[in-house]
Amino acid sequence: MSDTETDTSREPEELSAAGSQLSTAPLEESASAPPGLGVIGWARWFWRQLTSMRVALLLLLLLSLGAIPGSLIPQTGADINKVADFRKAHTTLAPLYDRLGLFHVYSSVWFSAIYILLFVSLIGCIVPRTWQFVGQLRGRPPGAPRRLDRLPAHTTWRTTADPEQVREAALALLKRRRFRAHPAGDAVAAEKGYLREVGNLAFHIALIVLLVAFASGQLYKSDGNKLMVEGDGFANALPMYDDFKSGSLFQTQDLVPFSFDLKKFTGTYETSGPNRGTPRTYEAKITYRVGAYGKEKATTVKVNEPLRIGDSKVYLVSHGYAPVVTVRDGSGKVVYHDAVPLLPLDGNVTSNGVVKVMDGYRDARGKADQLGFQAFFVPTFDPRAGTMLSQFPALVNPLLAVNAYHGDLGVNSGRPQSVYQLDTSRMKQFKDAKGQQLKKLLRPGDTLTLPDGAGSLTFDKDIKQWAGFEIVQEPGSGWALGGAVVAILGLAASLFIQRRRVWVRAVTGPDGVTVVEMAGLGRSESAKVPEELGDLAARLYEQAPGAPAEPDPTTRAVPAEGAEK
Amino acid sequence: MTLAAATDLAAATNEHLANISNTLIYSSMAVYTLAFFAHILEWLFGSRSKVARTAAALTAGGSRPAAKGAPAVTVQQGGSTTVLERPQVVVRAAAGARDVPDGPGAHGGDVQGDLFGRVAVSLTVLAFLVELAGVAARAASVQRAPWGNMYEFNITFSTVAVAVYLTLLALKKNVRWLGLFLVTTVLLDLGLAVTVLYTASDQLVPALHSYWLYIHVSTAIFCGAVFYVGAVATILYLFKDSYEAKLQAGGKPGTFATSVLERLPASASLDKFAYRVNAAVFPLWTFTIIAGAIWAGDAWGRYWNWDPKETWSFITWVAYACYLHARATAGWKGRKAAYLAMLAFACWLFNYYGVNIFVTGKHSYAGV
Repeated sequence: MSDTETDTSREPEELSAAGSQLSTAPLEESASAPPGLGVIGWARWFWRQLTSMRVALLLLLLLSLGAIPGSLIPQTGADINKVADFRKAHTTLAPLYDRLGLFHVYSSVWFSAIYILLFVSLIGCIVPRTWQFVGQLRGRPPGAPRRLDRLPAHTTWRTTADPEQVREAALALLKRRRFRAHPAGDAVAAEKGYLREVGNLAFHIALIVLLVAFASGQLYKSDGNKLMVEGDGFANALPMYDDFKSGSLFQTQDLVPFSFDLKKFTGTYETSGPNRGTPRTYEAKITYRVGAYGKEKATTVKVNEPLRIGDSKVYLVSHGYAPVVTVRDGSGKVVYHDAVPLLPLDGNVTSNGVVKVMDGYRDARGKADQLGFQAFFVPTFDPRAGTMLSQFPALVNPLLAVNAYHGDLGVNSGRPQSVYQLDTSRMKQFKDAKGQQLKKLLRPGDTLTLPDGAGSLTFDKDIKQWAGFEIVQEPGSGWALGGAVVAILGLAASLFIQRRRVWVRAVTGPDGVTVVEMAGLGRSESAKVPEELGDLAARLYEQAPGAPAEPDPTTRAVPAEGAEK
Repeated sequence: MTLAAATDLAAATNEHLANISNTLIYSSMAVYTLAFFAHILEWLFGSRSKVARTAAALTAGGSRPAAKGAPAVTVQQGGSTTVLERPQVVVRAAAGARDVPDGPGAHGGDVQGDLFGRVAVSLTVLAFLVELAGVAARAASVQRAPWGNMYEFNITFSTVAVAVYLTLLALKKNVRWLGLFLVTTVLLDLGLAVTVLYTASDQLVPALHSYWLYIHVSTAIFCGAVFYVGAVATILYLFKDSYEAKLQAGGKPGTFATSVLERLPASASLDKFAYRVNAAVFPLWTFTIIAGAIWAGDAWGRYWNWDPKETWSFITWVAYACYLHARATAGWKGRKAAYLAMLAFACWLFNYYGVNIFVTGKHSYAGV
């Protein structure tokens, strides 16, 4: 990435040798003239095109273009409900989008094609460059060009010191400055800044590592949700999850063995001001055990602080209330006593849900039946608000509204059904004295009595909370992080380190006085190259002090023909 | 109840501090406005002097002969019999580059213009200090980093942009020409902040309670400020480059264009400045995205989720990568690369305003 600012290697040919291999950036070839060489020729042409900088750039641009629709069109990976809404709203567009994979852009064929091509192109670029760089490291910096004064930075002076002395001093000086320096004929050739190339290659390789880590993470990941009421336990096994998604190469035995119990959930909220009700803290106190027989440990899971066990992470993602209700049958026997998790409908945790009493219940005549209650719950009921909706997310004035059904819940039909919805198609409403549907608002401790001795439902004083956990396993994230760190370091090295060459030539001039010439060449036209050259020249000047200038300036500075032995 | 009383007291203090912060922000806007007018005067007075270095360098028969290629240039210390103090380095421009000197700056060499320019810079320093105090007061009132919503993000952003500019000035870089453009945008940015985006001071939702907020958001703001400076230089480069091209082709640009563009640095200098600024901050932008990914891994369960904000920061990254790459590849230098840089900055802007306002995603709690 970004090898140069201004490529100086396109100087007249005498400089091209000096500037050769100052980087491993490929030469740009013209894209014209596909060869008429049959399959192999075409394959080679295609490969050369693919690995050319221009195509790599185009692919990079395409990648960013391709990422745009995914940010504007609802994505199944992010929010399935939104996609469903979109489908309903746009009946003509949706099938078209479906065909183009626009509801799952980042796993679509065409998006994958772009980045796979890009990475093939990248590999096709890195491999030859790495070999070239290894060759450069094994070789030596090229010798001095004949005309040093043609280089971007140049200086010269006449000195009383011998040419050999000057060259020796220059070699020592350059080596001290950690240049790779060697004497070459009448000059010393030196080069520095190889870390730029190392950084550049490291950056590109790190990108590949990052992609592979990301891709394998997608293939081997697993991701499930579990809703737990305070006091519930969870063991990390497939049947325990409420819902579960996994990558295509995931296997059940990959699940990290651990278990945990939710002890207590705490949520606090802003009590005043314009943002009244905005959550301030969410935390779940849990105890967990690693492995089947691990020691029990206590910890707190917060929004930004998941519990990490091996490759697995446990996140706190949602919460709500679970009022405890007790249902009695006609004889007064308790047939149901449990916390009922209700799903929040808004930010103030207005919630709803159902209570299903499946077995054990007998009606007034002693006949087995099933009961269903639709529950609507508000943690803070405010009669002044003029609405049943909750006015605050904490338990200030809880109220539970219930109605009741009896009949067949449909749970034995074999069809899956939601635990939060009541299928009333084969159930009958309980009626009140006026023949209306039986409904009642309950405060904690209140009881709804069913008519004709059919039993009762009590809203217990103990209101529990539930917490929703997401358990994510994404292997390879360590590799991704490592790749990212190397990418940044490599990028910084390739952008901030200058690769440059310095030559020092010392020859005896026609009048017997030594002429020293120094020149610097950088891959980019940077002010640092002349600066450094000036500094080096000043140091060398101390050891090879100036001689009085010769009387005739026209013959100086240019070394005699053949000075380059 | 004592706890509630203490909370109320704290709330009152916070409100007081928030009011102080608002006053400071408004005051800084007033001072920036003064700086804006001082810059206008600088440009106006500068137009009196008729410096035409670019025109002179590019039109035939100009005062600067194209002497770079001739070896005579190297004879800078020759011809005398004195012993040198220190060898002098002679620098040659790359072949094919236009050899144009930098303009004198907005004041155009005019003494009064220069005076107003200095006044403008001083006022900018003052406004910066006031704005910084405003941001600090805001931070104190909310007792956290002041980056919880777009209002806070905007006031911090303009503060940082001005800080970048003033730092470059303090480092004796040739950036005074940026002044007017910068102050104008800062005023627009603050105007938008106090009118459309204003949000009363408040605490953060739990998802933002993380030290990554400090790392991720602060680097994002800093990168934006630096990208902005780079974008201004790129736009000016495009103008100056077409001006130079027109001159070179023998055309005669309009008087206004001549007056303004003659005073700006040479297109090559602007281009180089834009490149350096963008290249310098690109690794930090990479870091910002990665820091965001690490935070996302902690907060949302996956380090990369293709959330709109993530996607657009990735698009911005790719666009800047394209720009930097284009500079390395023959054929995409100069104007083409500059268009890429503009595109990249447009992506950054969309990532900030567009994604926050038009798209809902996991960054939505940043608040409009």
